[in-house]
Parts: sequence; C-alpha cells; structure tokens
Amino acid sequence: MLGLLTNFAHLSGKTDPVILGAQIALIGGIIAVALVITILGRWRWLWYEWLTSLNPKRIGVMYLIVAFLMLLRGAVDAFMLRLQQTIGSGGGEGFLDANHFQQVFTAHGTLMIFFVAMGLMFGIINLILPLQIGSRDVAFPFLNSLSFWLYLVGVGIINTHLIVGGEFAATGWLAYPPLSGIEYSPGPGVDYWIWSVQIAGIGSLLSGVNFFTTILKLRRKGMTLMRMPIFAWSVLGSMTLVLFTFPILTVALALLALDRTFAMHFFTSSFGGNPMMYINLIWAWGHPEVYILILPAFGIFSEIVATFSKKRLFGYTSMVWAIIAITFLSYIVWLHHFFTMGAGANVNAFFGIATMVIAIPTGVKVFNWLFTMYKGRVRMSQSMIWFIGFLFTFTLGGMTGVILSIPPADFQLHNSLFLVAHFHNMVIGGVVFGYMAGLTYWFPKMFGFKLHEGLGKAAAWSWIIGFLVAFIPIYMLGLMGGTRRFEKFDPSLGYHPLFVVAGIGVVIIGIGVVLQVTQLIYSILNNKKLADKTGDPWDGRTLEWSVSSPAPEYNFARLDEVNYRDEYWERKKTPAADLVKYKDIEIPKGSPIGMFIGIFAYLFAMAVIWHIAWIAALSIVIISAFVVARLNDDDIVKTIKASQIEKIESSYGGM
Amino acid sequence: MWSKIRVGMVAILIGLIAIVSYRYLSGQTIALLQPKGLIAEKERDLIYLATVLMLIVVIPVFFMAFWFPKRYNENSKNAEYLPDWDSNKALEAIWWGVPIAIIGVIAIVTWKSTHELDPFKPLAAANRQQRIQVVAMEWKWLFIYPDEGIVTVNHVLVPKDVPVSFEITSDAPMNSFWIPQLSGQIYAMSGMSTKLHVLANSTGKYEGLSANISGYGFSDMRFIAEVVDKNSYNDWVNNINISSSKFGENEYQQLSIPSVANTPQYFSLSQNDLYSRIVAKYNDPTMIDGLKLQLRSSNFHNHAEDK
Ligand code: HEM
Ligand SMILES: [Cu+2]
Repeated sequence: MLGLLTNFAHLSGKTDPVILGAQIALIGGIIAVALVITILGRWRWLWYEWLTSLNPKRIGVMYLIVAFLMLLRGAVDAFMLRLQQTIGSGGGEGFLDANHFQQVFTAHGTLMIFFVAMGLMFGIINLILPLQIGSRDVAFPFLNSLSFWLYLVGVGIINTHLIVGGEFAATGWLAYPPLSGIEYSPGPGVDYWIWSVQIAGIGSLLSGVNFFTTILKLRRKGMTLMRMPIFAWSVLGSMTLVLFTFPILTVALALLALDRTFAMHFFTSSFGGNPMMYINLIWAWGHPEVYILILPAFGIFSEIVATFSKKRLFGYTSMVWAIIAITFLSYIVWLHHFFTMGAGANVNAFFGIATMVIAIPTGVKVFNWLFTMYKGRVRMSQSMIWFIGFLFTFTLGGMTGVILSIPPADFQLHNSLFLVAHFHNMVIGGVVFGYMAGLTYWFPKMFGFKLHEGLGKAAAWSWIIGFLVAFIPIYMLGLMGGTRRFEKFDPSLGYHPLFVVAGIGVVIIGIGVVLQVTQLIYSILNNKKLADKTGDPWDGRTLEWSVSSPAPEYNFARLDEVNYRDEYWERKKTPAADLVKYKDIEIPKGSPIGMFIGIFAYLFAMAVIWHIAWIAALSIVIISAFVVARLNDDDIVKTIKASQIEKIESSYGGM
Repeated sequence: MWSKIRVGMVAILIGLIAIVSYRYLSGQTIALLQPKGLIAEKERDLIYLATVLMLIVVIPVFFMAFWFPKRYNENSKNAEYLPDWDSNKALEAIWWGVPIAIIGVIAIVTWKSTHELDPFKPLAAANRQQRIQVVAMEWKWLFIYPDEGIVTVNHVLVPKDVPVSFEITSDAPMNSFWIPQLSGQIYAMSGMSTKLHVLANSTGKYEGLSANISGYGFSDMRFIAEVVDKNSYNDWVNNINISSSKFGENEYQQLSIPSVANTPQYFSLSQNDLYSRIVAKYNDPTMIDGLKLQLRSSNFHNHAEDK
C-alpha cells in the first residue's frame, strides 16, 4: 500500500526526467525557431505569406509541417511504450509506472489519429484537391484557415501539460466513462484530452463542410461526377462521413465535459447516467473516423497505380461504387467495437455481418488495383514501393479485421494485442503508407522539386519490413492471451522474446523515419538538380499536372472545359493550339481572424480546464465579436491582373 | 541472376523465422489456440475457419501483388501493353462474386455461432449448473459462491465438466472479465449484471485477467482460474467453510479500498444478497444499509496527494 502511494506521489510530474526532457525539447524548440526567424528577419514574411494566408496550398503546407512534428512526438511515445513493455515482460520494473504508461499511450493514440493522420490528410487535400478538380480555390477560404487554426489549438492543448507540468488523461484514446469521469479521474488530464479533441474536431467538421461543398460545387465545367478523379471521389466519401459523424463526437465530448465540469450525470454509473451511451456515441463517430482516414489513402493509391502503370485505372465504375458502399456501410458497424458489452445475439450478429460485408467492396478495390498493373508498363518508383507494401499489409489487416468481426471470435480477441496488431496494420499499412505515397507522388507539385528516389525507396522498404517485424509478433502475443495497455507481463507467460522482436521492428521503422528526414534534407539541398520544370514529372493523367510546379496562387490561368476522365492524359495526345487571352483573376485576401479566433479558443479551453469562468465567458464574447467582424468585412478579395498572369504563365511555358 | 539470389535469400530468411518461431512457440502456452474449455474451443475453431476461408482470396492477391509488377515492369521485354484496357465485366463479376460468396459463408457461420455461443445462454449439460458471482473491484476480483456460501479474492475454482454460470458486475470502472483458455471475455459494468457461461474440460491452473483498462492497478488484476475434479472441489469448499472468517458488508467495505496485486483470500459468506446489493446501489443511491455509494477513488487520490 505504501509503495503504491509513493508511486502516486512521484507522479506530480515536475521531477520526472521523461517529462523534463519533453519540457526542455518543446520550450527550447520554440525559442530556437523564434530566434532563427528573428535573425533572418522573416517575421513579416511569415505573417503575410503564411500565418494569415487563405491560400489552400499554404494552409496545406502548414498542416503538413505540424503533422510531421506531431508524428515525431507520437513516435517517441511509441518507442517509450514498447521499450517499457519489453522490459516489463522480462521481469524488470521499467521506467514508466502504470499511471505514467497509461498517460503515454493515451497521448500516443490521440496524437496519431487526430493530429498526425488527420493533419496529413487535410494537408494533402488542401494542396491537391482543388487542383485536381480544376478549381482555383476551395469553397470557403476563410473557413479553411479557421479549421487549420482550430487544429493547431488542439495540438497546443494536448502539449500544454508538457510545458506547465501535471498530468494527461490515463484513460485510453477514447476515454470511456466511468473511468474518465470525475470520480475516477479527478485531475485535469481528461479535461486536456476533451478540449484538445473537441476543438480540433470542430475544425475537422468545418473542413468537412468546406471540401464537401468544394467537390460538389467547384468542379471544372465538364467534369461530371463520373469523370471526377478517384482521389476526389474518395475525399467526397471521406468528407461525407465527416459531416455525419463529427457532430456525434462533438456532442459526446460536450456531455462528458458537462459531467466532469458541472457534476452532471449523462455518463456516470449512478444517478441515472449511462456509460454505455458514451461508448455507443464515441464509436458511432470512431468507426467512421477510421474510414475517413483510409478512403483518401485509397484514392491516392488509385492515382499512383494508374500513373505508374501508364494505364487507365481498371474498373473506374466499380471503384466509385465501392467507395459509396464503404461510406454507407461504415455508419452501421460501430457496435463491433463492443460485442463484449453483452448485447443480445441478434444485435451482435447483425453488426458482425454488416462489418464483414465491408470487406467485399474493399476486396474489389484491391483486385482493380492489381489489374491496373496487369498489361501496363509498371515503373517501380518510390510511390509504387509504398503501394506494393500496402497491398500486402492491407490485405493482411483486412483478413484479421474479418476475423474480429465474428462476435464469438472477437470475445477472445477483443482488447487483446491481436486487436492492436489489426489496427496498426490498417493505420500504418493503410493510412500512413497511403499518405507517404501521396506525399512523394505530389511532392513536386507542392514544392517544385522531387524527392530523392533512392533514399525514398530505402525508407519505404524500412517501413514495410519494420512494420512486419514490429507487428507480426504482436499478433502472436494476442493469440497467446496478451492484453493491450499492460505495462508489464508476468515473465512466466513467456512474452518477452516476442516483445524483443517487436522492439527490433520499431527500430527498423525508426531507421525508415531517419531515412525520410535525410531524404527531405538532401532533396532540399539539391532542389536545383531535382527541380520539376515541366509541371508533369511522372507523365500524369489528371489536371493537377497541367499547371506549373508549384502551382501558381490562382491554380489555373484558364478554365478550359473537361471532356475526359483522364483529362490531362488525353490533352497531351492532341495538344491544342495555344491562343490565349488571360483575364483578371480575383482571389481572397489574407486574414488574421482565423488565428485570433484560435488564440481565444485556446484561452477558452484553458479557462474551462482550470475552472476560471470569467476568462471562459470573455473568450466566447471575443470569439463572437471576431466572427461578426469577419461577416461584416466586404473587402476580402484582391485581383491578379491579366498582364501579371501572362508573365507568370510564360515563364513556365506550360499548356 | 540477382533476382534469383534475392528470392533465395528471402526464402532462407522465411525458413529461419519459421524454425525459430516454431521452436519458441512450442514451449509456450498459446492460450487462444490451446483451449481448455468447450466455449474457447469453438471460438478457436471459428478463428481457424475464417482464416482458411479468407486465404482463398488472400493467397491469389499476394501472388498477383508480387507477380504483376514484375511481369509488367517497364523494363521487361515483350510484355503486352494495353494502355486503354480499363474494364472487363466478366473479370469484375468474378471479383465481386468470389468475395461475396466467401463473406456469405462466413456470414452464415457468424449468425449461427453468435447465437450458439451467446455468453448469456446457459449450457446444456448433464450436470447441475454451478453459480458464481463476480465483482470487479479496484483492483482485484471478488468471487461469490452463493450456493456454497463462500467468497474468494483473485482465485476462482471451478469443477471440471460442470457448466458454470458467471454473473458479473463491477464496483469500479468498467472491466472485462476474461479467462482466455476457458472462454471469451465479457464486460463488468457497475449497476448491471452480465453473464458468461463456461464449461471447463480439463483440470489445471489458468490465467484470468481484466482486459479493459480500469485505472492504476489494472494490469495487476490477474487471478487464478483453477479447474479441479468434483471431489477436490467439494473438499475445497468445505475447507473454506470450516476454517475461514466471515465475509459481510464490513469486510466488503474494507476490501473496497483500492489495492494492487492482492494475494488470494478466502472467506465464508455471511450475507446472501451481497451481490445483488452491490448491483443495486448504483441504481438506487439512496439505499442505506452500509452499502452507500462512495466516491472511493477520489478519496484514494486525495490520500495520495497528502503523502
Ligand atoms: C475489412 C475491413 C475491416 C474490418 C472487417 C475491421 C474490423 C474491425 C473490428 C471488428 C474491430 C473491433 C475489434 C475489437 O475491438 O475487438 C476493429 C478495430 C479497429 N479497426 Fe478495423 N476493420 C477493418 C478495417 C479497418 C481500417 C481500414 C482501419 C483504419 C484505417 C481500421 C482501424 C481499426 C481501429 C483503429 C480499431 C480499434 C480501435 C480501438 O479499439 O482502439 N480497421 N476493426
Ligand atoms: Cu470499427
């Protein structure tokens, strides 16, 4: 008993070397960046060109930078978790006690899903989607900037405890009550979690509104839905899911916050509350969420495999219907995350079968990808390495997913390390591989130069091999009865050797990450040699490749009608005579209001977490004032003159 | 030449991994694949069946994912190239059809097995059903044998070949009650009672644990699930009844104080409706009689901070 109490006492945080290291890294990093900007005299540039920009290409880059920084933090967390489990399964104490270990995996899961995967996704969508559908902008440029700032606020809140000390939630990334309720988690940790996710989630919802509208309303003339590139289709599916499910998340979190802050009883075990309601709500969002992430990855791979096979995508119509089917089905399967709650056999069987049905359209997509390569001219570029790796890992993950969707089998596998392996299989082998492939593929379009091929291939191979070495043992541990979220296992269970192997896999993935960083630095230093002057480095098929790399601020100088599915591929066959008369183009002016709202949203969250009512109220008033100000601002566009466009276009000489 | 060497190296590597994992695993308990109970056996068979059925699709996919990019590589001579070939209704019918058929079979199996293996469903067997009530506490398991009048902590003994009916609740955050070698898990939730039916068919000591995160001591919520033959079981019950102290509400309050890694304890039950009162107090917080709802955990945390 006494030992336990001292364990708790040392958790007050401040003396902990792990936390201290994080504090130094974070604060030091911020100061260093600020210093560099000051020395280079770049504050004005940063302010006008980036922070206040409403250009989706700039916003996209900011998403990518933040997401990569969070990937690094998430990876450090992951490394600590596995190291602890490796020591803790061999009979050692390790360096993280239970509570601390739980905080780390809660942060890890939340970071990776909300701030890494979602950040990469919105980054890529911002940079590529408008170009691909032949649009000059997104439907709501200001809203887009606001979304980004709310996302950044979420990042800020989840990292705040590292700077000010204190605890984070120790509940798992979905914070089930009653554990996350005030009785069992009295500290501010869960509140940090709630508000971080809540505010970032509202940003995601606004992005959903934005891109959904953009796709439906801003497609180039002639681009019917059935001529739309598959990536755009996949984003449409994903954003539809965002629209329908993020409101559920918002409500669930709001009710949990009411329970915690105002002692209400929505999800408590007593006084009429019902924790099962929360679990239903959170998964009614949570399951679609994993498809929100994977659908764009499907779209990315569809573009890549067609381009690098120099062949049309096989079975376009099937692909579209598969996306629609997956979108629809992902709403009606959430209960597979808690078959073990004790619903009756009819309910479990219904949700189990609905779940496995998703494997059908998913399987169809795999076959269509395979037959896109069949009788093509396949070039094994770095993007294709990611793709082939994905085919193997994703198929494996789909198989284990179907096993999990059989309720009686899930009774054995639920909450086990087998489940952990399944979803990392999908999230690393599917989502991460997909976004990495997309980033290497579109990198020249985003930045004007290519990424070094050799380093990229080596990185992709490290990830693929590392993933297998890191997670096949985790599947085996699941079959041996290993449970998730344990910081130690009795040595007599014999888990230790498999954890050691898994640890080696993590190191191999780590090598992959180092190679990627090296690749990025090398490519930046050699950007002249790797420059993409044509705007079409891979012999692409869709409209984004028809403009310079990087694309000009207005994207397209002319809005020629679209006649084909692979519009640009067809245009290249019969180049049109190029008699151009450019017109003036209006684009949105920058605005700092998104950032200002973000700042006060952050203050609001902190005030709620620390129960300072007046700051919370004041923040709401100020945010409302900013919204009203923006709504009444009519001076929001600027014009790019035709002569200027002519100059830009002729300097690149594209078509 | 190179590619042959590469394939050879990969083959050798896979072979080595197979041998090493076989040597290693053959010395270990692979709980889910080595069940000691009827339910766990059937659940394992489902895992096998689903795996085999899906391999019908997965193996060809792996093969094509390996072969196509090789065969149709831009450098490979005289491979056919059809840049505009983008649909073939017959082929597409196959790869809509085959997965539909396979999932169809798995779906039928799912429907049947989900009903057959519903944890709430009592098992038909010649022997009389053995009742055991389970309470998840911070952070230990309490087992009440209402018919035998005994209570244990972190040790549950069940007779072999007798259908056991567990009734499960929680006086703590949600937990999940799991004895991998006997059957799948089910949640333990406050104010509710879930059920799990198992039938152990071989004697031995098995791991039991909580599979759902429930706070600081969660990973120490392990218990011994022991299966013995009927006679030893009766002796065990009698011994506890004779030699152990009484367990009533006061003892329960005492045990409710959060603690970690409790060693097994044994008592004789002095209050028959203990379990139902633990369930009921969450639904009727005004219930008096010493079992008032307490915010134990927050007291616990406050304690910790005082130190
Ligand atoms: C064929 C498709 C899939 C099937 C049949 C499937 C099935 C399942 C099932 C039944 C579970 C719940 C298991 C349990 O908790 O006991 C699960 C969990 C999960 N799956 Fe999948 N899945 C599929 C695809 C995916 C994809 C594409 C992703 C991600 C991009 C994904 C990510 C996850 C995650 C993150 C969890 C667990 C989250 C948690 O408990 O923390 N799955 N899957
Ligand atoms: Cu799911």
